[in-house]
Amino acid sequence: MMPTLSEIKKSFLVSLWFMFLTFPIMVIRVNTTEKLVLWRWENMAYMGIGSFLLSFVWRYMLWRKETGKKDSESGTLQLPSFFERILSDRRYIVPATAAGIALVAIFPFVMDTYQTNIMITALMYIVLGLGLNIVVGLAGLLDLGYVAFYAVGAYTYGLLNHHFGLGFWTVLPIGAVMGAFFGILLGFPVLRLRGDYLAIVTLGFGEIIRLILENWNEFSFGPSGIAQIARPSLFGIQLSLSSSIIYLYFVMIGMVLFTIFVVNRLQNSRIGRAWIALREDEVACQAMGIDKTRTKLTAFALGATWAGMVGVIFAAKTTFINPASFTFLESAMILAIVVLGGMGSIVGVSIAALILILLPEYLRAFSEFRMLIFGAIMVIMMVFRPQGIVANVRRSYKFQPDKHS
Amino acid sequence: METILEVNGLTMDFGGLRALDHLNIDIRRGEIVALIGPNGAGKTTFFNCITGIYLPTQGDIIISPPKAEGTHKRERINGLKPNQVTEKGMARTFQNIRLFPNMTVLENVMIGRHCRTRAGVAGAIFRNRAMVREEQSIVDDSFRVLEKIGLARYVNDQARNLPYGAQRLLEIARALATEPFLILLDEPAAGMNPQETHELDELITRIRDDEGISILLIEHDMKLVMSLSNRIFVMDYGKKIAQGTPEEIRNNPVVIKAYLGEEIDA
Repeated sequence: MMPTLSEIKKSFLVSLWFMFLTFPIMVIRVNTTEKLVLWRWENMAYMGIGSFLLSFVWRYMLWRKETGKKDSESGTLQLPSFFERILSDRRYIVPATAAGIALVAIFPFVMDTYQTNIMITALMYIVLGLGLNIVVGLAGLLDLGYVAFYAVGAYTYGLLNHHFGLGFWTVLPIGAVMGAFFGILLGFPVLRLRGDYLAIVTLGFGEIIRLILENWNEFSFGPSGIAQIARPSLFGIQLSLSSSIIYLYFVMIGMVLFTIFVVNRLQNSRIGRAWIALREDEVACQAMGIDKTRTKLTAFALGATWAGMVGVIFAAKTTFINPASFTFLESAMILAIVVLGGMGSIVGVSIAALILILLPEYLRAFSEFRMLIFGAIMVIMMVFRPQGIVANVRRSYKFQPDKHS
Repeated sequence: METILEVNGLTMDFGGLRALDHLNIDIRRGEIVALIGPNGAGKTTFFNCITGIYLPTQGDIIISPPKAEGTHKRERINGLKPNQVTEKGMARTFQNIRLFPNMTVLENVMIGRHCRTRAGVAGAIFRNRAMVREEQSIVDDSFRVLEKIGLARYVNDQARNLPYGAQRLLEIARALATEPFLILLDEPAAGMNPQETHELDELITRIRDDEGISILLIEHDMKLVMSLSNRIFVMDYGKKIAQGTPEEIRNNPVVIKAYLGEEIDA
């Protein structure tokens, strides 16, 4: 009983409404020089058919979503997405991982420098997404200034390299510590805030860091930035440009694996559970004996650590940094990755990072419509899969009933 | 029996409104005490004050946690944060259920174990042997609590999918997991059917008898209050208007007046 008459009627009304709305711009054309009015009725027909079909498909999708909800008894079991089905099927896991490893290993040798560079950027966003995921996805603290920590990491390497000639591997841990430090610095004033208020303050924090970098010329060289930052070296050997990109690619792969490893362990630990409890209900969380202050600060610090490290890598990759790389748009992008991928889900965030970073690169032909497509994807995702590409599934435990009691 | 919680002259002002007015309440070890009163009498405010959610304007809250050797030390807990109060051994439930809806039932209880365990960030990442053992003990202890409360069959369900009565029980389970000496239950029977209320009655008695945990509860179900409690405190407009055994309270004219209003002679 899906495509009922009323559905068709509704779609029909929508298309009528659209034809009426677009009538002045799509149908009438006034030629002022020859004082002629051109009536383009065929455009109205296109509008009508187009909007009718779009509206109908939209209704059909909504209907499918609704029935899907009714089918699953408890009302919360969502239909598994394509990725979730692959992930849950044992048969696919081993070949998929093997293929994945092979692909990852040969990628920089098969593809040219340009492709590898794009891939490095995508990998960087995976780590950034996973880092922000700790703050937003697990602890539920909406952070709109995440890019500030990224900037802190990048400038840590830029400045230390410029003034003291410190190398990449020395600064990487320093960048992590600086990120964590600034995370705590931001964490203290926002301890009492949540929701919208927190979002606004973190947004301000991100802008403050950027503005300081832009205006404090003696310290950060202002808008002109820092140039000629050293690329990472391999045990003291300076590499050629192309091989150093391949090297950076593998550094980044290692970084991603390390991040996934750590975040995965954190997620199912005492600390991770405390974060999730904080997200779910702050009052109850405190009443159950969790120190709110400490839990929030660890979330901010550990989230910022990753941004600090990726910042160092970013500075080493581009060899030039200036404040223009750390605008609010970057924060929004990273947040979009987390939301699109699924709050708290490692696999989801990784996939979303790849989609959101790689897709625009390969759709250069449509670069004018990039933001339009981007927006449309976000809206569609929020309507049909608000839980993200891969919903976060809590770990389940097995017990033998007779073992206890 | 020794006193484990002593509240002296507790006063709480919200601006010009005096929500609690010099309240004196004491709870002894192994007691089930009920706090009753009409809506808006300040019962939940009282709970929020003694669990550290509000900072009382005046008065003392003194706990003396029972120790095995019988040596107990008195401690004033005004101004402690809620999590510190829980750590001291007073756990609570909420009037409007406040579970962690997107966590599993087991995880909800595991959160209760948080303040009795120590693993930090390094422990979570490196998973050394002590931490693995601690994590396992959290899981086992939490499961044991669930079995005791009778929620073991829901163990891996999401908390928000539980039936209403089970959600109320899960709140109690979560509080039990923090190893309290006193549990504060805020309307545990609200919204339960008579059968569930009866089971709750047995459960609360069992918690007291088996675990030696004292219980302070706010409840409107008079049948439950009368059958369960050793003593009852009655509040109205932030003041304590009566106290005594269920029998005494039942026949107390002041209490009847507070609930039903005064009789007017024509």
